[in-house]
Order: sequence, then structure tokens, then C-alpha cells
Amino acid sequence: MSSKASIIASIKEIPLESKELPEIPRFEFSGNLADNFSIAISNNKGAVISQTQLGNFIASNGITEIIALSAGFDAYNTRSLPSSAHELDNLQLAIIQGQLGVAENGAIWLTDENMGLRALPFITEHLVIVLSKNALVPFMHEAYDVIGDQQSGFGLFVAGPSKTADIEQSLVIGAHGAKSLQVILI
Amino acid sequence: MSHPVKASEFLKDPDKAKWHDETLWFVRDKRDNSSKGIPEWEKLRDTASQIKDNVLANLDKYLLAFEEKAKANHIHVHWAKDAEEHNQIVLRILQKHKCKAIVKSKSILTEECHLNPFLEKHGVDVVDTDLGERIVQLLHQPPSHIVLPAIHLKKGEISDLFHEKLQTEKGNEDPEYLTHAARTHLREKFLAAKVAITGVNFAVAETGEFVVCTNEGNADMGVHLADVHIACMGIEKIIPRRKDLGVFLRLLARSATGQPITNYNSHFRSPSPGKELHVVLVDNGRTKQLAREKFKNSLKCIRCGACMNTCPIYRRSGGYSYGSVVPGPIGSILSPGLDIKKHSTLPFASTLCGSCSDVCPVKINIHEQLYEWRQEIAKSQGLNIKKLSMQIANGVFSVPFAYQMSGALLRGALKILPNSIAYSGINAWGKQRELPEVPQETFKNWYKKNKA
Repeated sequence: MSSKASIIASIKEIPLESKELPEIPRFEFSGNLADNFSIAISNNKGAVISQTQLGNFIASNGITEIIALSAGFDAYNTRSLPSSAHELDNLQLAIIQGQLGVAENGAIWLTDENMGLRALPFITEHLVIVLSKNALVPFMHEAYDVIGDQQSGFGLFVAGPSKTADIEQSLVIGAHGAKSLQVILI
Repeated sequence: MSHPVKASEFLKDPDKAKWHDETLWFVRDKRDNSSKGIPEWEKLRDTASQIKDNVLANLDKYLLAFEEKAKANHIHVHWAKDAEEHNQIVLRILQKHKCKAIVKSKSILTEECHLNPFLEKHGVDVVDTDLGERIVQLLHQPPSHIVLPAIHLKKGEISDLFHEKLQTEKGNEDPEYLTHAARTHLREKFLAAKVAITGVNFAVAETGEFVVCTNEGNADMGVHLADVHIACMGIEKIIPRRKDLGVFLRLLARSATGQPITNYNSHFRSPSPGKELHVVLVDNGRTKQLAREKFKNSLKCIRCGACMNTCPIYRRSGGYSYGSVVPGPIGSILSPGLDIKKHSTLPFASTLCGSCSDVCPVKINIHEQLYEWRQEIAKSQGLNIKKLSMQIANGVFSVPFAYQMSGALLRGALKILPNSIAYSGINAWGKQRELPEVPQETFKNWYKKNKA
């Protein structure tokens, strides 16, 4: 018997009482979506910024290696998307379009379509996500309603920069992935 | 070695033990603040618990549905009945790709299967990429906590280690400096690896996708730069629907670290063009646990670690005292199912206070199962000292003369017995406790004199 057959057979042998699958409850949201979202992002050590602040950020950090995939931000582009993710190692900034944002926790949904290469939002030194205020939802439950049965090989909820607290519980930003996450709400 | 023996090793450094206790309590406190911040917390726990009950009642169907969908999405699905088969499957994939060096993000399952030593024996260099796991790997230690693998170490120890292995400045203990040194070191490994291994937090039967949660982004750095991604999961990680993720992602990070969500929550549904994606579904004792009516609920665990952070025993004895891959309260109900003899002391490493059950996001009755395991272990071990002493007591209490005599004997004995009797290895309660002062007379005599 294959391992698959033997695993399935041993489960079938067990007399298991039937248990109903519950419906996902709905919860009331109080507050302003954009305000709550911004607070959540800053609690996650990210920041909500304006387009002017983005310009200042690029200038003051001397950033020259930029890939901008978000529509309307093409002017920031200094290089095109390579064919191999390994060539992104020296990328300083990626500007990408988010599909939806969650007010309770700051999570932003991205799929292959937004990232170009799946490594992009991780390997870039700094990440900027452009998000429409109309694309904000209260909780994760509404987020999955919107996502529905959307087909994408890869999907990501990103909520902040790469971080760790593995050394004595001291929070450090920039473990392996992006050292900053900034969100432009439009 | 038993839990009490190893716990006493941990307690030999009282300052460090105190720090460990306080630090985990701080994490527990963050979890409290976070859960109290959302009024629907208890409703979410109820829902998550019911979803998991439904999963356990239909595990075969969900596994088959997951496999069908995943295959349709060009994911290679493998089934492993035990750790050995799991390791062989992984090795075969590596050999097919002539791969001699891999990166691996956190996976408690691969720890359970002892994948690292197996692969190293076959000439594969394995690099754990979670910072905490990399630290313990460089020290040739296992993780001491499932979410905080290096929580038993102080920054001075990590500084010394990095000075030796990563050539950081001697004596520089700044966590930011050390983390960024690890970043540079691991970036090279990410760029060089052809195959990346990850664990799985949730696998969705409805879509055939699976979700991996990290804060560091190390799982994604590995898999998106590699040509092949191997995801290893226990069969109990299945959930029915995509929308169930909304419930679990709200509970997981809040329970683990107090964050509202992990910073990276990656949903893998099909490989990038030209790349390969494998999922290994592993039983390794899970179907046996499912058949144990009293203990099957332990399979609902989502590995948040909240029960460890809150446990007065775990905090004061450290992860290594358990001698099992998953330590703490949840480990103490999972491990005896794998090897009841080896893990016979674990269900006793608890005060049965119930705090573990109170914080569990999927409402596993952990402390009740600990109590149940004690019965099982007592049964499997037959007569023991405690049982013998109860039988003697039963004889003494049923014969008045014997009772009177034994009282007189004990009062005399308490005065002259050396402390070594109270502080011997067989009496854990003697530690840090004094023998009582002996009363001058029996209660019976005292009552006779004073009843007027």
C-alpha cells in the first residue's frame, strides 16, 4: 500500500463524530478606516507618507536603484525588471501597487501581478506600496471576501518591514528583507 | 533524563533563569494586551476551535481535496507515513537537482523528523535562516522555544558566537549590529541556494494553496531566489476554506507575540514559471494521536507558543528541560503520544493551573489532557513509590495501634533524621524547603488536656 493509501485508510478506520463547519462571524467596526490603517502600519514599524515625502526620502538617502511598477510612478523608475531575481540584490527601492489594505492590522494584499518577480518586495532595501483609500477594509474577514477565489500563483499580505526580536527580545528592523515599508494612500 | 533533572540544570544559573521567566512573561503580557484590544477575541477562538474540530472530523476528505487542487496548480504532492520517509523524499528531490546546499526557514516538522542531521549525513549543507534558528544552529543546539528559538541565550553569548563564526567585533553586544551581521551572512546563502525548504502554517483544502507566516521575510527570501521550493507539513495543518485564514491569521500572531499579524503572510498556490514547488504531507504519529479520543484535540495546535509563555513551569525550567521537539504544555501532551516511556515525566511538569488552556487560541484543553496523560503513564508504569506509600498508609490508617505507633515514631524520627532524607533525589519537594518543627505532644493528648 502506498503511504497515501495507508494514511487515508488509518484515518478512515477511526470512528470520528461529525462536527459542523461554522460560518465565519461578522464583526462591527468602529472608527475611520484610513486612520486605523495608518495607526496599524506605524505600530508595525512602517509609515504612511505623502508623495512629496517619497521624493524627499529618495533624495535624502541618495537612492538611485529604483523599480517602480505602480501606475503613475513611472517617473521614479531608474531600471527595468530583470529576468532573474538574483539581479535585484542591489535594488534600493521598489514602488508597487497594493490591491487592498486591512484597517485592523495594516496588512496589504499583493499578488504576482503587482510584484513582477516574487522576490521583489523582500529583496529590495526599501519598499513603498501605493494604495487607494477606497481599497481599505475593516478586518481580515472582509479582505478574504474581496480576494474571493482570485487566482494567483502567489499572494502576500505584507504588514511592515522585515523585523526580528530573536536577540533578547530587542526589536530590530531589517532582518533579511526590506528595511522599511512606506505606504502612500491615494 | 527526566524533566526535573534537566530543569535543575537550567536553574543552576538563577539570574539567567529569572531573566527567562520575566522575558516570557513580558511576551505573555503583550499577548494579553493584543487580545484584549479586540472585543471579538473569544468569538474568534470559538470559531477557530470549531473549524479545527471540523478538520479533525474530516481529515481524510480535506487531505484528498487539497492534493487534487494542489496538483491541478502544478504542485508536486508527496505523502510520508513517518519521519524517515519524509527525509528520504526531501533527499531524493535534492539529489535530482544535484543540490548540495539548501536554505531552510522555520519548520518544527523538520526538527521533529531530524531532517538537518539526516541531510548533513548525506553531504548536504543546511542553513537555517530564521535568525534565532541560525544562532542555535551555529551552537549545535536545537531551538528551545517554537516561536523564539534562542530565548534561552543572552546577547553576550550571541556576541561571542558571532565574533567567532561571523567575525563581528569582539564584545559588541548591540542586537542591531549583530542582526545586521547575520543579514549580510545570510544574504549570501539566499543568493546561492538552489533549493529552499519551508514549513507550512496553514494549507487550504478548497484552493490547494498553503500559507507561511514570518516576520523576518526569511522564508520568502529563500524560496523566491531558489529554483525549487519544498514545503513540509504535518497532515493536521489543513483548513477547509480560504476564508478560514481570516480567523487564524487574526489569532496566530496576537497569541504568539502580541502583534496584530505577522509582517509577511505568503500564500503559495502554484510555482513561478520554470520553477518547482513540492509539498510533503507527513503523518509521523498524527493518525495515531487522532485515534486517541482523549488526546486528539492536541492536533488542533497552530504552534503559536502562547502556552509556553504563560506556563509557570516552562518559564522557570526552560525549553531544553522537556527533551522534546515541542516543549512546554502542548509538547507535554503531544510527545507522550510519540514515545510514552521517553516522555513519561512531561505531563507531570505542570501545576495543572490551566493557564495554557486559557490562552490557547484554538481552545485545546491542554491541562485536562496533561491530567489524563498522568493516568495513562501511571497505568503503563504499574506499581511505583507513590502507590506503594499509599498502600502502606492505607494499612496504617485502618489499624489504630499502628497509627498511634507510627505517630510516635515519626515525631521521634523528625528530630533526629538527617536533612539528606528530605533533600534526596527522590523527594523533589524537599528542595528549598525545611522540615517542619516537631510538636511536643500528640493532638490526642493535647485535646484530652484542653477539652474542658
